[in-house]
Amino acid sequence: MLILKSPDIRPSEITSEQNYLNRRLFMRDAAIAAGAMLAGPAYGVALPADDRTRFGNIVRSAFSTTEEPNSFEDISTYNNYYEFGTGKDDPARNSQEFEPRPWTVEVSGHAGKTGTFDLEDFVQPHRVEERIYRMRCVEAWSMVIPWVGIPLADVIRRFQPTSNAKFVAFETLHDRGRMPGQRSRVLDWPYREGLTIAEATNPLAILAVGLYGKLLPNANGAPIRLVVPWKYGFKGIKGIVRMRFVETQPDTSWEMAAPNEYGFYANVNPEVDHPRWSQARERRIGAGLFAQKQPTLKFNGYGEHVAHLYEGLDLRRNF
Amino acid sequence: MNTLSRVRFVWKPLAFALCLVPAILVITDAFEITGRLGANPVEAIQDRFGIWGLRFITIALAVTPLRQITGRSWLARFRRMLGLFAFFYVLLHFLTWLVLDQTFMMSAIIEDIAERPFITIGFAAFLLLAAMAATSTAAMRRRLGKRWQQLHYSVYLVALLAVWHFWWQVKLDTSEPAIYAAILAVLLGYRLHRYLQRQRSRQRKPQPAPQGESL
Repeated sequence: MLILKSPDIRPSEITSEQNYLNRRLFMRDAAIAAGAMLAGPAYGVALPADDRTRFGNIVRSAFSTTEEPNSFEDISTYNNYYEFGTGKDDPARNSQEFEPRPWTVEVSGHAGKTGTFDLEDFVQPHRVEERIYRMRCVEAWSMVIPWVGIPLADVIRRFQPTSNAKFVAFETLHDRGRMPGQRSRVLDWPYREGLTIAEATNPLAILAVGLYGKLLPNANGAPIRLVVPWKYGFKGIKGIVRMRFVETQPDTSWEMAAPNEYGFYANVNPEVDHPRWSQARERRIGAGLFAQKQPTLKFNGYGEHVAHLYEGLDLRRNF
Repeated sequence: MNTLSRVRFVWKPLAFALCLVPAILVITDAFEITGRLGANPVEAIQDRFGIWGLRFITIALAVTPLRQITGRSWLARFRRMLGLFAFFYVLLHFLTWLVLDQTFMMSAIIEDIAERPFITIGFAAFLLLAAMAATSTAAMRRRLGKRWQQLHYSVYLVALLAVWHFWWQVKLDTSEPAIYAAILAVLLGYRLHRYLQRQRSRQRKPQPAPQGESL
């Protein structure tokens, strides 16, 4: 006897509760991003003419934290920017004569639109937003930084990456004359970084062009640098001259220098220690001489916006 | 005044004051009188005390070679003071870590000492220096006899551990620890060279070992 059964719903077709919630959060984040676009003024914000001029029409963002930002002095004088020396005070001291303009950014790889762009033309079509983000260095200190930047997702969309573009690779300027730290072989120059295409198009990722409403100081990576707040600070490549859409995971500088200590993903994760020190706590700069270290948050506290990117990925192996 | 009096009443007090300058500068920088400690004052203080601890270990180890090369035996009178200043700075370095960095969180402290190799060897170096500091008086030297010299030979181990601790703590740029490693190699290499020289000369002309000589 043939018993006809209506086809059962396959388990694979049922959205897990986690995925359901993640997708709602994704839609919410997309709405925030779109909302800023609709609410804010028109595109076409020009870069200020000099360091003292403020950006016009900076759009506020719901992605900004309400935490108090660190002082401009702390943010611009305590830096890891080995292109200008390996001491924390070296970049501010040794980048005084660095001229960040004129500047070009080359876009290449698996994309519909490629080419070399003057910085002004590269930035101009995008809305400029203020993003006050936490920044967690792999060395276990952190700051709150009021960046001014353009959403990386918008930039990427503009260049129309093909389906072969699985990763976005970035490169810093390589010029020993302008960047004296590059005369040392501490890193394999030029500095290289990369993200998966999903990470790069996440609404949190920005290309920063300013700080505290004005142009980026040289020590912070002028004129344009990446900010991915859920990852350790070394992922935030500075002085970007090249952006490539590539098929395979690109080499990244710190991973090449010490692959057992620095990985490609470099997500902030208190559960995965650095081989030589703990990542469970961090020192918040500006908290004072007698302040305790504070607990580190997974994904630097941005988990609700990015955790879904890493579902099923072993974050201990893919550190 | 003869040389010995001048050493005791002029040069040593002067040297003592000079040895304190790095510590005083940390305090005056903290109050922004001389320089500034910067955005991460805990790290700056810890690093400065640590580097001066290492420097004084190196300077103390340079005394004997200098004495032997120049023939100025009164240089030996600075050795204990310099060694104690090494302990002084290392102690401050350790206390900064304990109090300001770790804020007395004992479980984190114990875990760090047990599980982070560069901290383990730093702590070992500190303990050895503390033992040497505690037994640095003439009275202690008399009480311990031969064992005193054995304990104080561990200054060579301390120097090795200190450089290693520094090397392992650096993120990537090992140029500074490499300099200290090179200086140490020279200072210890010189002693090894003299030791081997003496061994060879004793083999040629058998003689009783000279009295009261230390390396």
